[in-house]
Amino acid sequence: MKTIRELSNELKNKTLTSEELVRSCLKKIEEENEALNAFIWISPTAIDEAKEIDRRREAGEELGVLAGIPIAVKDNILVQGWEITAGSQMLEGHMSAYNATVIERLKNAGAILIGRTNMDEFAMGSSTETSHYGATKNPHDRTKVPGGSSGGSAVAVAAGFVPCALGSDTGGSVRQPASLCGVVGLKPTYGRVSRYGLIPMASSLDQIGPFTLTVEDAALVMEVIEGKDENDATSIELASTTAPELIEPDVKGLRVGLPKEYFVAGMDAELRARIDEAVKKFEAAGAVIKEVSLPHAKYALAAYYIVAPSEITSNLGRLDGLRYGYHSQGSNLLDTYEQTRGEGFGPEVKRRIMLGSYTLSAGYYDAYYKKALQIRTLIKQDFDEALKEVDVILTPTSPSVAWDLGAKFNDPLTMYLSDIYTVTANLAAIPAISIPCGTAHGLPVGLQLMGRAFDEHMLYRVGMWFEKK
Amino acid sequence: MFTTDDVKKIAKLSRLHITEEETEQYRVKLGSILEYVNQLQEVDTTNVPELQHAVMVENVFRADEPSIDLDERARAMEMFSARKGDLLEVQAVFSKDE
Repeated sequence: MKTIRELSNELKNKTLTSEELVRSCLKKIEEENEALNAFIWISPTAIDEAKEIDRRREAGEELGVLAGIPIAVKDNILVQGWEITAGSQMLEGHMSAYNATVIERLKNAGAILIGRTNMDEFAMGSSTETSHYGATKNPHDRTKVPGGSSGGSAVAVAAGFVPCALGSDTGGSVRQPASLCGVVGLKPTYGRVSRYGLIPMASSLDQIGPFTLTVEDAALVMEVIEGKDENDATSIELASTTAPELIEPDVKGLRVGLPKEYFVAGMDAELRARIDEAVKKFEAAGAVIKEVSLPHAKYALAAYYIVAPSEITSNLGRLDGLRYGYHSQGSNLLDTYEQTRGEGFGPEVKRRIMLGSYTLSAGYYDAYYKKALQIRTLIKQDFDEALKEVDVILTPTSPSVAWDLGAKFNDPLTMYLSDIYTVTANLAAIPAISIPCGTAHGLPVGLQLMGRAFDEHMLYRVGMWFEKK
Repeated sequence: MFTTDDVKKIAKLSRLHITEEETEQYRVKLGSILEYVNQLQEVDTTNVPELQHAVMVENVFRADEPSIDLDERARAMEMFSARKGDLLEVQAVFSKDE
């Protein structure tokens, strides 16, 4: 699969039509999706939409920057008229009544929406194995997990089905599968991309972000989807992302921070070697490598597993068996609620709902929820301090490469630990990107770059330099 | 760390029907997660403010005008589990003997 930039140029130069491009994507999906299970559903109107873009191009109309480009959508982002399941039985049959803001913006830019990608149920998971629609497989080795929760979107790009897919990242759900599948995945600063029309998991942490083949493509897509939206009160009015063609990929004199708390025992040695080699490249190019300290980072995962479930239990309260999808009639209203939710949700979702009910319940609120929010403050302060000393923080995205399907499925805590390097960026509300960084044990390694809030430009600049190396 | 009764109480608070078998599984697994998150107690957070939300925006207003189009309203209503015309139907909230 070529990059968005390359495909866009071919479409503009009329050496390729969008119909040809979409047909070739659909052919590949037809051949390989059954084995990989990246897509849950394919849009039957994609070819007609592509023809319409081709017709408009022939007519000389002004077209958007993503005109004719096929894009896949994680199944927790609303597309009007499409079913939406969030990977759960709970929403089976529910049709989206409106478009998410990001979908509205992609359509306005001419993108062709190809279909809905598989995901962990309600985005809760790190391996795309908790989906009601079966596990997604890693295209580099089909016996391995693709990471999660946006595993379907990561695989759709890594397998060459589409040049771009949208995901959502609450604790690493874009970056970690990007890392395990060897593609680029960006979690924007909280507030940069509207969450309107994203099925909420943890509202203070959720952000929609793109999977692409290159950092430049990620910046291109961000230009389209970001920006203030009056339907999301937490979206921020900002100068938009610098156009990728104006970014100077250069790291000379740049200060790159390595958090000492991250580079400790427990990291896979071969993976660590790839990261060390990347650091040497930065050094050779004139970047200044500095050790920084994030003293509270070791508490991030514990704080995350209080903050996120607390918000989850509240957000998923709306799934009552009346307004959406699955319904199991009981003898009274309370029975209907309990039956519907007991039958409709899978085990991981129930686990997190119950954890959140507990941490918010009378007598435990101060000890858990309040404590976790205070620690969130300390984590944010750590990052604010560190990012005064350096321009960007470099870490691995994941402590290991892709693991065997099923290996961590029955051990939630071990599964949670695979997000140990990613949750901090969500808690601190800063942007972070995962970029391919070679292989270990024959599987992709991801390099994570974290920057100051709303300074995605720095991540693009450094990332574009790194991928050219 | 958790008793069976604790799990049943949390399930009730969560509006989740769970089986006896699930109760035992959740007792063990929620217990181990809770044990892990308990490490937060070792951090001194005296006088540390809570980070309630990621972006510091306050009082975001917009005009109180209906913006939803009628088709969108109809599409949302169509998804409701039981309806009579434009009315949404639910079971009684209170019963006579309560």
